[in-house]
Amino acid sequence: MPRTAGRMTRARVFGSVLAALAGVGVAAVFAISWRPAIPAIDPPAPQTFDATLMKRGRVLAAIGNCASCHTVRGAPDYAGGLPVATPFGTIYSTNITPDAESGLGRWSEIAFRRAMRAGVDRAGQHLYPTFPYDHFTNVTDEDDRALYAYLMTRQPVHAMARENQLSFPLDQRFVIAGWKLLFLRPGTYQPDTARSEEWNRGAYLVEGLAHCGACHTPRNALGAERATAQFAGGDVDNWHAYAINAQSPAPVPWTADALFGYLREGWHPEHGVARGPMAEVVRNLSSVPDTDIRAIVAYMASVFGAPTPDRKRRGEEVLGQVNSTPAQVESSDAAGAAIYAAACATCHEAKRPLPYGGVNLALSTAMSGPDARNAANVVLAGLRALEGEPSPIMPGFASSMNDAQIAALLNYLRSRFSNQPTWTGVEKIVEEARRTQTVALQNSRRPDHAPADSSQRDKP
Amino acid sequence: MMTLKVNGRDHQIDADPDTPLLYVLRDDLELNAAKFGCGLGQCGACAVIVDGKAVLSCVTPLLLFQDKEVTTLEGLGSIETPAPIQRAFMEEQAAQCGYCIAGMMMQAQALLQRNPKPTDEEIRAAMEPNLCRCGTHMRILRAVHRAAHLMQTADASTVQRSGR
Repeated sequence: MPRTAGRMTRARVFGSVLAALAGVGVAAVFAISWRPAIPAIDPPAPQTFDATLMKRGRVLAAIGNCASCHTVRGAPDYAGGLPVATPFGTIYSTNITPDAESGLGRWSEIAFRRAMRAGVDRAGQHLYPTFPYDHFTNVTDEDDRALYAYLMTRQPVHAMARENQLSFPLDQRFVIAGWKLLFLRPGTYQPDTARSEEWNRGAYLVEGLAHCGACHTPRNALGAERATAQFAGGDVDNWHAYAINAQSPAPVPWTADALFGYLREGWHPEHGVARGPMAEVVRNLSSVPDTDIRAIVAYMASVFGAPTPDRKRRGEEVLGQVNSTPAQVESSDAAGAAIYAAACATCHEAKRPLPYGGVNLALSTAMSGPDARNAANVVLAGLRALEGEPSPIMPGFASSMNDAQIAALLNYLRSRFSNQPTWTGVEKIVEEARRTQTVALQNSRRPDHAPADSSQRDKP
Repeated sequence: MMTLKVNGRDHQIDADPDTPLLYVLRDDLELNAAKFGCGLGQCGACAVIVDGKAVLSCVTPLLLFQDKEVTTLEGLGSIETPAPIQRAFMEEQAAQCGYCIAGMMMQAQALLQRNPKPTDEEIRAAMEPNLCRCGTHMRILRAVHRAAHLMQTADASTVQRSGR
């Protein structure tokens, strides 16, 4: 009997310890994940905001590329609804117009700032890091105020958020609190006093609002940017966002001036054309003053670093080749060579500079990049003409070349125009590109990445 | 020498593989419906249908048409027996100078073959590569709707004969 009693006591003690631990666990999860709601406000009248502040907010929103994710094709700007495919499921962007019921209408500035800083919505709900608050946490109070003023004075649009498609347990928002513990380092950008003011301004923008790393830095298994591989190249919408550090695959090393031209025009004669999501970034930047672009470039030039003598020599070599008569390279891929000669060379070897001729493909980063996705996307869809400005154009070949033809072409281009190892699985990549291009064209904000409406520049 | 299949007939073509299809159609085969507009694949006047899809023949080299089937407007119908798409464009009087219209009809035909009941938005999206300087767009839109209707009702036999 006593032994049984002892066992029971022990079991009871063990049970209560377990219960206590579980209780502590629940309490800890609660403490870590719970955030209070911030009281709703009556939607402030637009005239209560300062016009100068709104103008600054417009520029900041362009730098933050806000409209690209928060707008879906055919719907008003900032009304949300864009499906963002992640390895974990599909997350829909939300309505950030000042609509009281479905947008930010009842958000105070404090609530807006908390969302930017800590990724928590007004009601106290954790936001998925698809909203890049790991970068936006760097934004200053003043800039958050300007963004708030800009967004709260847009046309309110009633558009309820769509249900995210995530599987358990990721559909439970307390999980995000754990993610934040691991990967969110809250706090605004701290200037490096050893560097120039321009460099610091650039670093503040790049690391913060412009969130360049969100695409250009590879992510780990939990979807966070890998701190040890900053700017080493990432993925977005079936495009590869090239490495923009010392590992850049650009045949000619980037310089500050080249970067400036590229970010201003969307193309550079020694590098090629901004495409895919980057075209939209450039479009948004078109309303941003030169000084900020110069600052971004100053910082990024230091991230790229000075090219090694080897890279520099290779760059000069490539430029030399391009300007001399094209060398006929023997290739095992006769079909690809024939397609290149018939369909591509007339423009790409015309020696007309961009934007009037095609970039010589020896200069194209798409040919020297780690995989064939970007090249496949461009061959399929081409480059659309931009309204109201000279811009490179290229017809798409989706309807006139089949997957095998495009694969043969890409394999040939890789062997002829890059000194990198051959790409693998090109046909599969082409197949996938054909599928996702169709989806992207249905959803993205505008099919042709038209430039920002310049008539809107300097407006509140 | 290359075999090119146009409107159901094989033709032996003696031309460089980089010759744009449009030149072969107009100069060698005397199929003059497809027009030279911009020569850059930006206006759509040269559109023809290849294996069911609209292709801009001014920028697409002959080489890519091996083992494929090209359909030009001549292959859809004639003055005596117009195809539904042609009838619809006539009935809506959807041409002013008419230079873009052959390309418009081919683009619309390709759309209706893959999507027999397009919405207005789908028509606009599909016709987006084709430009009309005269501004006949609203009539063109109506003509495409009318063609969709014609294809679904009386003239199913004509549709069968056309295109594919």
